[in-house]
Amino acid sequence: MEDILNAIVLLSNFVIVPGLAYGAQLALGALGVTLIYAVLRFSNFAHGDLMAFGTMAVILVTWTFQSVGISAGPVPTALLALPFGILAAIGISLLFDRSVYKFYRTKKSPPVVFVIASVGVMFMLNGIVRFIIGPGDQNFSDGGRFLIKAREFKEMTGLNEGLAIKTSQGITIIVAFLVMIALFWFLQKSRTGKAMRAYSDNEDLALLSGINPDRVVLYTWIIAAALATIAGTLYGLDKSFKPFTYFQLLLPIFAAAIVGGIGNPLGAIAGGFVIAFSEVTVTYAYKKFLIYLGPEGWAPDGLVQLLSTDYKFAVSFVILVLVLLIRPTGIFKGKVI
Amino acid sequence: MKYLTAENMTGGYGGADILHSCTITVEEGEIAVIVGPNGAGKSTAMKAVFGMLPLREGRVTLGGEDITHLTPQDRVRAGMGFVPQTNNVFASMTVQENLEMGAYIREDDFADTMAQVFDLFPILKEKRNQPAGELSGGQRQQVAVGRALMTRPKLLMLDEPTAGVSPIVMDELFDRILEVAATGIAILMVEQNARQALNIADHGFVLVQGQNRFTDTGAALMADPDVRKSFLGG
Repeated sequence: MEDILNAIVLLSNFVIVPGLAYGAQLALGALGVTLIYAVLRFSNFAHGDLMAFGTMAVILVTWTFQSVGISAGPVPTALLALPFGILAAIGISLLFDRSVYKFYRTKKSPPVVFVIASVGVMFMLNGIVRFIIGPGDQNFSDGGRFLIKAREFKEMTGLNEGLAIKTSQGITIIVAFLVMIALFWFLQKSRTGKAMRAYSDNEDLALLSGINPDRVVLYTWIIAAALATIAGTLYGLDKSFKPFTYFQLLLPIFAAAIVGGIGNPLGAIAGGFVIAFSEVTVTYAYKKFLIYLGPEGWAPDGLVQLLSTDYKFAVSFVILVLVLLIRPTGIFKGKVI
Repeated sequence: MKYLTAENMTGGYGGADILHSCTITVEEGEIAVIVGPNGAGKSTAMKAVFGMLPLREGRVTLGGEDITHLTPQDRVRAGMGFVPQTNNVFASMTVQENLEMGAYIREDDFADTMAQVFDLFPILKEKRNQPAGELSGGQRQQVAVGRALMTRPKLLMLDEPTAGVSPIVMDELFDRILEVAATGIAILMVEQNARQALNIADHGFVLVQGQNRFTDTGAALMADPDVRKSFLGG
């Protein structure tokens, strides 16, 4: 019995808790991608770097706060800096919308032109971020490190295995949950949110109904930038901030949005967790887990790891390809790319 | 001068003209129907009235006011309601949300207008929380008409409202349209089902190649042997 409990705790510690936190981060990123796709009708390749830009702004404000002695006690100072980072991300999104996307919108360019333009914006954002904060790793997490420490958990339960929950993981799950509720309330109940859905559903009829497209576009960028900054900051707190990592996050985020059904917010959330858990379960070494569950004195020969963590991006890729081949609309019937 | 007067409309989508000096008029509380063979410019004429087609010549007045240069959006504010032939509902949104979006430009309380629409189309009240895309063709058309009525238009324009619905549903839709007209709203519609449409119409405009061929009351057109022979199948 104790072996089974140990196995469950082990799995929670290395698979379930990290998977939930990573899934929430991907879900927030995918929500931004899916909103842009639904309303502006293109795949925004600059989303990963928008996350990096917003997070960079959060880090800079965090450092300023730390240098003047403002802190948030047990929670990371970055949470106090988050609103400033969001404002910066909104600012640069609107700047790029006015200077780049608006031109193509007025010309009614096909979506592929927007996608290529967004690749250009991606490189620019990428350059701006590296120019300001540098390409290296930045650690900006402070406050309490753990909600539950492995040793405390062991003492509390008397089990061999400990369950550690990092503050950043707890905060990720709570913040993501609150943001998702707020977003769904906004989309389902508010006048502007309904107008965004109407515009996404049927642009011509929305125009006929007197919905102002400029306003819808404005709100979409504001929400996408806020989601990107929140997702990026939570990811940075949980792991660390490095511009290149954020660029790489684009793949699992797109995979999440497409697996869930692109254009469908519920799908983005489901997709985020599907991708996160696939990555974590495929790259986890199950040796110790099997030792607990197997007969006394037996141990598997290898690590029982399906895929090295170096190849974790392959997981998103394979899922992405399978979904596009078998069910292009995704789990929740989104639009077909 | 009728409530809606669109005179001598001439124009096309760039290139050759589709409409040639075409005139369409409707009075408040009346139903006017545009009929004619395929490719006669029926839908184009209606789009011209609604400002979706650039006119080279001619003018459009609504209630005596010249609206020739207004955009379709501004014409909605001026009192026009338009129901497109296809894609005329927000398929992913509920019936009630569709009606709310119809009333988007209204700042005042539109609960009473929604109640009126529900009175007119009781089935919509029953299905108010169902996505419009899940409804049958006839119910969807009712949502589309209801959405357009939410701005309390003075002129309601319907582009082939009975396209693709069964004859029974068509009769019911026409009954509803008569009820709408009875509330004092001017109705202009394009119809493929010429005979049934002329039956309920106060005025009919028979278009051929973008020109007015016959213009008379619905009953007179039905009785006219030329019209019968050419357009109503004898």
